[in-house]
Amino acid sequence: MTETRNYIIKQISVFSENRPGRLAAIAHALEEEKINILAFSIAEANGFGVVRALVDHPKKAYDKLTSIGFNVAFTDVIAVKMRDEPGGLYEIAKILGDAKINIEYSYAYSGKEGAVLILRVDNAPAAITGILTGGGTLIETSVFH
Amino acid sequence: MYWNKTIETLSPADLADLQLKRLKTTLAQVMKVGFYQKKFRDEGVRLEDVKTLADVSKLPFTRKQDLRNGYPFGFFAVPLNQVVRIHTTSGTTGKPTVVGYTRADLDTWSELIARNMTMVGLTKDDVFQNMVNYGMFTGGLGFHYGAEKIGMTVIPSATGNTKRQIEMIQDFGVTAIHCTPSYAMHLAEVAEEMDASLDTLKTGLFGAEPWSDSMRAELERKLGVTAYDSYGLSELFGPGVAFECPERDGLHIWHDCYLVEIIDPVSGDVLGDGERGELVVTPLMKEAMPLVRYRTGDVTMTIEDGCLCGRAKKIARITGRSDDMLVIRGINVFPSQIEHVLLKIPEVGNQFMVYVDRVNHLDEMTIDVEIDKGHFSGELHDLARIQKKVMKQLRDALELRTTVNIVEPGSLPRFEGKAKRVVDRRGSM
Repeated sequence: MTETRNYIIKQISVFSENRPGRLAAIAHALEEEKINILAFSIAEANGFGVVRALVDHPKKAYDKLTSIGFNVAFTDVIAVKMRDEPGGLYEIAKILGDAKINIEYSYAYSGKEGAVLILRVDNAPAAITGILTGGGTLIETSVFH
Repeated sequence: MYWNKTIETLSPADLADLQLKRLKTTLAQVMKVGFYQKKFRDEGVRLEDVKTLADVSKLPFTRKQDLRNGYPFGFFAVPLNQVVRIHTTSGTTGKPTVVGYTRADLDTWSELIARNMTMVGLTKDDVFQNMVNYGMFTGGLGFHYGAEKIGMTVIPSATGNTKRQIEMIQDFGVTAIHCTPSYAMHLAEVAEEMDASLDTLKTGLFGAEPWSDSMRAELERKLGVTAYDSYGLSELFGPGVAFECPERDGLHIWHDCYLVEIIDPVSGDVLGDGERGELVVTPLMKEAMPLVRYRTGDVTMTIEDGCLCGRAKKIARITGRSDDMLVIRGINVFPSQIEHVLLKIPEVGNQFMVYVDRVNHLDEMTIDVEIDKGHFSGELHDLARIQKKVMKQLRDALELRTTVNIVEPGSLPRFEGKAKRVVDRRGSM
């Protein structure tokens, strides 16, 4: 199981009230630290939300946001590469389904090195094994610092 | 109409004689209570010093906090086997205030309700639907027994299920209702949605929360009733302490049962007619739980002018509170109760803000509370679970549904000195 650990990525989850300017405050703080945001999504419920972001320097982002008063937590996610063309998502989704992997939430980005699907699952090691066995490609933890 | 014309229209001199006689009986009764024995001794007050009604101002006040400290039966002046009923009213930190009644107390109380209902023209020919809580709250049973005393046909419908309430009004030919003014407004709107006619109604008795004259006009138009304001508090039996007569220009307080003072809530000085202050009452007919100069916290004034109906001096409709108590849908809420609940929930901080609004004529309380830094897991569903937990615990403690907003740590205002945690936005009732 040592190898599954190489694919677990630390997403930062930031608690935020649902009101104008909160995202700007987060983004500005990250800019000041020269932290690049690879992907992010906002989840909202009953007046508050969680900003989830994949950044190149998770620890630095955690420290910066905490220092200015934000409530931040690390969340383990995995990132699967997709072909950035029609059918790309289907390929990956089929692997997940065949491997009986349940997704808690997910978001995606399409960047320089192709499209990436970020997944929060209840059992990450099992999901990693399932995806690798099914022929999927995962982004390694080492991409993040 | 009068239930007890002799007493209700006593001459000022006869009334004063009766009050003084009953005050002396009451003072003898309060000396059976340990709290008063000690209080009078500590303050060097002797019963012999009370020779006139005005001398009551020499006596110490009784505060709600004193009653709480006496929980549960510390203020009872009779043995428990003479107490035939107990009601409670919400306390600031979990423990309620207990009020007890002897059989004679229940008779006095229902007599006062009978006077009030007769005063506004209700008789045994009326069908009365009592749409308030029948539990520990005094409003349910208080009105119930008063209406039965008159011989009215009483429907103890209690609260909830508005459609069923409307069906009963229609099916039973209800002529008079009692509820909070905000519930009456809700009832009117549901009736409109159902396209239900409420044309048997003629009288609406509304109390337990402050309401404006514009709301009165609205209720009368929508429900086709004449609306009367009802005032009372559990410590003084419950509802029925004061009530509007058909003039509807102030409330008649029953002076043969309640000795009334208006004081400056800060200095404690007694104020004159027409001067607004806190209502202080020494009940004159309470056996189980006699009180001396009880500070109601309600702000009003005595009205100098006599009334066409011939009853004694009125008080103005209540305009507010001299303390921080909130009345939400008829239920008393102290900000300290909210604080007490939050202290017991580690996932949230102890800072909070309370916002009170009136939405579709119903009071809505919203509480902002900060998530505790150490309890943020990063998961949305954990936040939602915390939010639910806070709402449930507040509901259990306050017996009131509230909306809870989870906000960022450090985002709520911090107060130095007296905190202003409550924003009441119900101004435009």
